[in-house]
Amino acid sequence: MLLFLSSIPARKKRDLRFTTTSHLAASTQTSFQNLDNKMESLQIKQLAIHHIGPVDLSIDRAECVGITGPSGAGKTLLLRAIADMEPHTGEVCLNGIDSRSMPGPEWRRKVRMVPAESSWWFDTVGEHFNGIDKDWLEYFGFGEDVLNWDINRLSSGERQRLSIIRSFSDQPEVFLLDEPTANLDEENIIKTETFIADYLKENETMIIWISHDAAQLKRVAARVFVINNTRLEQL
Amino acid sequence: MQIIPLSPLDLSIAACLVIALALLSVRMELGLGRQIIVAGIRTTVQLLLIGLVLKALFANVHVLWLILMAIVMLIAAGREVMRRQGRRFKGWWGFGMGTVSMFISSFSITLLALTVVIDLSPWYRPQYAIPLLGMMLGNTMTGISISLDQLTRSSMEKKSVIEARLMLGQDSAQAIQDIRRDSIRSGLIPIINAMTVAGIVSLPGTMTGQILAGAPPFEAVKYQILIMFLIASGTGFGTMCAVWLGSRRLFDERQRLRLDRLRKKTEP
Repeated sequence: MLLFLSSIPARKKRDLRFTTTSHLAASTQTSFQNLDNKMESLQIKQLAIHHIGPVDLSIDRAECVGITGPSGAGKTLLLRAIADMEPHTGEVCLNGIDSRSMPGPEWRRKVRMVPAESSWWFDTVGEHFNGIDKDWLEYFGFGEDVLNWDINRLSSGERQRLSIIRSFSDQPEVFLLDEPTANLDEENIIKTETFIADYLKENETMIIWISHDAAQLKRVAARVFVINNTRLEQL
Repeated sequence: MQIIPLSPLDLSIAACLVIALALLSVRMELGLGRQIIVAGIRTTVQLLLIGLVLKALFANVHVLWLILMAIVMLIAAGREVMRRQGRRFKGWWGFGMGTVSMFISSFSITLLALTVVIDLSPWYRPQYAIPLLGMMLGNTMTGISISLDQLTRSSMEKKSVIEARLMLGQDSAQAIQDIRRDSIRSGLIPIINAMTVAGIVSLPGTMTGQILAGAPPFEAVKYQILIMFLIASGTGFGTMCAVWLGSRRLFDERQRLRLDRLRKKTEP
């Protein structure tokens, strides 16, 4: 484990102070109420979609929250609502700023959903990346030549690992991970968990991690919730 | 040269061929027998009616009659575009999208041809206006229905790709650009093919008609070239317009993919 940790390449740390002050400046102009909120957090208020909710949840910087529940309970639906991929009611705020105050794509660049099944639409792997950390590839067991691979030759495990690299490459502020290790073998599950835990610490991002595996969530998440009868209950 | 009139007997010989085709398709269980007969009857009735209408229209030349006729043709074409969609847009969009696109492209190009190119006086002479508009609408209709069908079908099939691209922060135009491009291409390919083989493999309709009616071949050819260009541009602009409208309608104001705006699959 220690060996893994030390081998994870560090990414340039975000200049948090700058983002904080700029957001503060912006929000004091618009509304003083926002100052009551925790500025460095993801706030979900009265979020409801189809049969799910209303859900209230607040996530701090550098925190990972796990959500579990039987299939069909609406875990994925909840993530889709937070990423604003699906019409919903209630509000989601990042650092005090409402998702509706910016265009959808801008929100999704900050709040990144990584779906359980990754999609690849160009012919080769490399075309799906703009700027890639070679050390990350190596960490996940790929050589640089993976960028020239035909997407059709990727196994489901390779797709999943590459999908994680792709989503983490452009440094969003929040990650919504839907079963991020479902297609991986045990070794790669541990590797991925370690990678994400380290990234979280290093970049102080926020993560919502969905999994069937409650034991996994206990390992990776500070708080674990279960969707019980359309509501979130802390375990 | 006088045009040789066709007797009802001449037409019924041709009709027998269609009936034979229908019978054969029943035997082969293609499920098309009924459709062939119905389409054959529709052709006969609709063309006879339009013959009467044109006769009346030619006798009473008035711009309002022409506009009325054009509107009827446009609505019929709009309904046909809608009918040919496997998954059409819900509500008025299903009808409106194709109709508006056809109106913009076919009407403006026909008007341009009548006033500037052929330079008629009055510009609304129905002998020119109606056939021209008919050819424009007929071809544009085909292009638009093929491309819209392709657009909605690919969007359903490639839902996960479009959404994955949105989740990565791309805007709706980027997320659907490949599908949009393919849809426009598939709408344009028939007319490009028609232009490519014109005169070599096929003698297109206008020219054939004029030659049958005794026009000098070279004059007929010039009209055919004009028609081909008008049809190609009308189909192209109409198709682009429809696909643009359609691909915008597939996303909402938050740039979310909204396939719930499409109806359930219906057999075209």
